[in-house]
Amino acid sequence: MNELKYERPTSVDDAIACMGMAGARALAGGSDLIPQLREGRRVAGVVVDLKHVPALVEIASTPDGGWRIGAAASVTKMRRHEAFFSAHRALVDSACLIGSLQVQARASLGGNLCNAAPSADGVPLLIALGAEAEIHGPGGIRRAPAEAVPTGPGRTSLSPGELLVALHLPPRVKRSADRYLRFTPRREMDIAVAGAGVRIDLDDRGAISVARVVLASVGPVPVRAKSAEALLVGQLPTARLLEYAGASAAQECTPISDTRGTAAYRRDLVAVLTRRALADCAGRLGVFLS
Amino acid sequence: MKTIVTAEINGERREALVDTRDTLLAMLRDRLGLTGTKEGCSNGNCGTCTVLVNGEPVCACLMFAAEADGARITTIEGIADGNTLHPVQAALVRHGGSQCGFCTPGIVLSAVALMERNPDPNEHDIRHAIAGNLCRCTGYDKIVAAIAEAAKASAGERR
Repeated sequence: MNELKYERPTSVDDAIACMGMAGARALAGGSDLIPQLREGRRVAGVVVDLKHVPALVEIASTPDGGWRIGAAASVTKMRRHEAFFSAHRALVDSACLIGSLQVQARASLGGNLCNAAPSADGVPLLIALGAEAEIHGPGGIRRAPAEAVPTGPGRTSLSPGELLVALHLPPRVKRSADRYLRFTPRREMDIAVAGAGVRIDLDDRGAISVARVVLASVGPVPVRAKSAEALLVGQLPTARLLEYAGASAAQECTPISDTRGTAAYRRDLVAVLTRRALADCAGRLGVFLS
Repeated sequence: MKTIVTAEINGERREALVDTRDTLLAMLRDRLGLTGTKEGCSNGNCGTCTVLVNGEPVCACLMFAAEADGARITTIEGIADGNTLHPVQAALVRHGGSQCGFCTPGIVLSAVALMERNPDPNEHDIRHAIAGNLCRCTGYDKIVAAIAEAAKASAGERR
């Protein structure tokens, strides 16, 4: 590792100023960044520790009924925040698949998104829930869908000097459920061979009004299975419909074969995980799947 | 670059001159001589270097030393009360929950953190709490039994 400066800003403005320094890299939990720096997979001249900026670590409900999660708020903090946990149980559960308790005490959803691993467990539901990234930079503040942040393995759409400050979750409709399922050979401390994060909203008739299917580890970035989503919208949930949606998602993803699994195996997993996650949502919305 | 880190370590205010590239693990072992914290994988997979930072179990290899400035840190050296072992340590000895011993400091700290938050853990809670601590010797059963016994004894004392 080359020479490194450590900065500890205490306000967003100071953090943005630090991010303007040559070679600056944001440090949230550090569970990805520190091994990457040590192994030379990333290079930085300055690390900007975000954990002492209140706006970056707070979790708070917003006036519209949604939530704002500071980009560096730890997974442990999310799990212990009772109101947030009960509002977004599935999202917190997905984040609790990241590493061990030791890692979760440091790791954040903002870091999970910006590390841009295709296997990031916390990201599919962020996308499925329609989270928006609040990005600050020298040019001001902009909002972008969480989906637009990762652009490839380890790469994001953030420009140099920009900083992800918070994630905004929109309010939920009354009949809405979400769930992330992944497959790993080990139960804990493992990386998804494939994962599926889904959300369905139901209208007054019980038909699906909104569907989101977002897949992990089967493409260079988390994959929106838009054909599967289109197939679900307007329909009453049935076992057969969910099976079709799973099959469609399996066709839409672009997995590779690597040490964790072959492309064909991953497609099979996507079909099963998507169907099961959707069935779980339907069950929690009181739908009997015929 | 060098920087001075001031932290409360095992109840004492300590200062260390560190390189900004040093991890908390390097600071503890190489600058402060607290070699009870072991280095395993150095990338957050094995949990061998687990310490408590402000009461939370953390991998000391996944934190820069500079991040620890102002923090309260507990290492394995701060767990026993003089020559009297902590109930978790004593139970590990009784159950044979330590063989080569390399993972033991991390296991003890994960168990202590669990008991602080959950005085009555069941087997699932215990296995989840040490899921981030790899042990290649014991097969875990004796460790789980030891932690269960220690938790039960501590709960009994409080009653």
